[in-house]
Amino acid sequence: MRTGQLLRTQAFRIVLVYVLLFALSVAALLAFTYWNTRRTLDAQTDQIIEAEITGLAEQYTHLGVRGLVEAVRARSLHGGQALYLVSDTQHHYITGNLNAWPQLSEAQGSQFVEFDYERPVDGKLETRRARGRMFALSGDFILLVAQDVHERYLTTRMFTTTLPWTVGLILLLGLAGGALMSRNMLRRLDAINRTSGEIIKGDLTRRVPLAGSGDEFDLLAENLNRMLDRIERLMKGLREVTDSVAHDLRTPLNRLRNRLEESVARLHASGAQASEIERAIAETDQLIGTFNALLLIAETDAGTTRAAMTALDLGEVAADVVELYEPLAEERRVKLVLLPPGPVTVEGNRSLIAQALANLVDNAIKYTPEGGAVRIRIAAADTGVDLSVADSGPGIPAEDRTRVVERFVRLEASRNSPGTGLGLSLVAAVAHFHNAELVLQDSDVPGAPSGLMAVLRFPKPVSRVATLKNAAE
Amino acid sequence: MRILVVEDDLEAQRYLVQGLKESGHVVDEAADGENGLSLALSRPYDVAIIDRMLPRKDGLKVVAEMREHGSATPVLFLSALSEVDDRVKGLKAGGDDYLTKPYAFVELLARVDALMRRRSPVGVKTRLDVGDLELDLLTRGAKRSGTDIELQPREFRLLEYLMRHAGQVVTRTMLLESVWEYHFDPQTNVIDVHISRLRAKIDKGFEAPLLHTVRGAGYMIRAH
Repeated sequence: MRTGQLLRTQAFRIVLVYVLLFALSVAALLAFTYWNTRRTLDAQTDQIIEAEITGLAEQYTHLGVRGLVEAVRARSLHGGQALYLVSDTQHHYITGNLNAWPQLSEAQGSQFVEFDYERPVDGKLETRRARGRMFALSGDFILLVAQDVHERYLTTRMFTTTLPWTVGLILLLGLAGGALMSRNMLRRLDAINRTSGEIIKGDLTRRVPLAGSGDEFDLLAENLNRMLDRIERLMKGLREVTDSVAHDLRTPLNRLRNRLEESVARLHASGAQASEIERAIAETDQLIGTFNALLLIAETDAGTTRAAMTALDLGEVAADVVELYEPLAEERRVKLVLLPPGPVTVEGNRSLIAQALANLVDNAIKYTPEGGAVRIRIAAADTGVDLSVADSGPGIPAEDRTRVVERFVRLEASRNSPGTGLGLSLVAAVAHFHNAELVLQDSDVPGAPSGLMAVLRFPKPVSRVATLKNAAE
Repeated sequence: MRILVVEDDLEAQRYLVQGLKESGHVVDEAADGENGLSLALSRPYDVAIIDRMLPRKDGLKVVAEMREHGSATPVLFLSALSEVDDRVKGLKAGGDDYLTKPYAFVELLARVDALMRRRSPVGVKTRLDVGDLELDLLTRGAKRSGTDIELQPREFRLLEYLMRHAGQVVTRTMLLESVWEYHFDPQTNVIDVHISRLRAKIDKGFEAPLLHTVRGAGYMIRAH
């Protein structure tokens, strides 16, 4: 299982969206808790500071600077969380347990601000966080009252440092879980897809394996299997019908032919009656030919035939058919060309493909006027193999092209030439049987644009072509 | 030659037996698989003609059991089933040739003759002769009355097959199956054109033709 395939699965996408939403909500929750905790703690601190400022301001109003300094000095001695600083407008220290003005910008005016200050702890200076407020006293003095909030600061800072880690961890675990889940799902689906592939290839006896857990995949597999049982039964029925039609028509046809042969043998070979019966035999043979073609079309089209598929060289089959028809073409003064010779491997049944190609070449020679040319070409690409037969005959009008493939359809122009009207239907049926396609189009042979080009488009070739191409590079 | 016919369609069986007898063969017949098998194992036959679908024992089974018991009698399957795959199945089961009903009696007779000929090999031949026509299988050269004849590879194989069956009728289907190794129905009779090409090479300019057309059947190469 490739990573790309994993990322494209529906399961992984669902998990991805879910994990993202989950991480977002966790982040939001943490952020809200942080904000709320801080707000509550700050409000408490601010209340204390507010009360202190009100108290000290009263001292100043009643007892003046001296009273304020006394009060600040007295309160500073208590230690604890409270911090004080009294200075003149030039920020010169007058009294307080803060010995210097913290670096505060003027803009912050009389709002609550946070700042760092230093104080000795166990003989060492420690930078700590404080929260306080400045208060300008009438008479050129400034009072700063603050509270040490270092503990609160450390606690809230934990939130901000753990948040990205938490979210990251959630994402990581979520994605891993998602990958695991989708891999599991993919494995189950792969089993179904593999089985379907084999069934499409023709092995109708295959069934989707069950995991035995009774989950929705097992349910799906069970339903698929039930459907396959039914298809297999139908195919078997169809096959039996074809077989019995074949048998029940061939047996009397055989007797008919036997009797005709017997009668002609009893008669004078040169007599008029003998030639009448010989004509009847010829008609019977034509009937048999049509019947055989129909049966072959029915079987290959429905895929009920058990014809063996092997890896075969399309180039070789084409060369054989060209060789077989070459004298006929020469007799009709039609040039028969095969381009390019060389091996191209496809999966198929040799005689069916030979039959299809023979039908196409036969048609092409039949409809090409003297001096014309028929070109057979094999074009292999990564997407598939095209086996085409192009002629320089009158072609088939575009509007008739789908119709001529149907059984017994013969165009007005060819009504009087020999043929059953099954040739192209058989080619189309053989194409279906090989998962190939029969395409009728204008000839691309230079100088013969009106001609017909019949293309048998086979699906992707077996490795060989790729190997040859690599070797050439 | 002794031939066994196992065919359950009695009408067809009668015709077959009569025709073979008229052609100078000794014929035994059976109408079901069990009887057919016991006959086939009871005495040596030169060829067995066995219907593919038989009551009491299927034709494929009859042949498989014949082979199990060491019988090497060449078997020609007759089948009224469709043939794309059954043909392969029949040949795999131990059959030597396969003919679909309805068949022409001449086709059947030609195939029976070919099976008998195959049965009696005359050692490994390096040269085939018919009258003054000779074919060297080693150098792949052909000569008539000492004059070299230029042959394409396929023409050589065609002539070789005809000469190996000299004096026997060879049908068009047999030629397509043996020389081209394909089994399908070419819509136009392309084999005829190949034969007339070959004929132009070996018979043209000679008084006595060697390659004869047998009306309603096929071709035959013979000296007289």
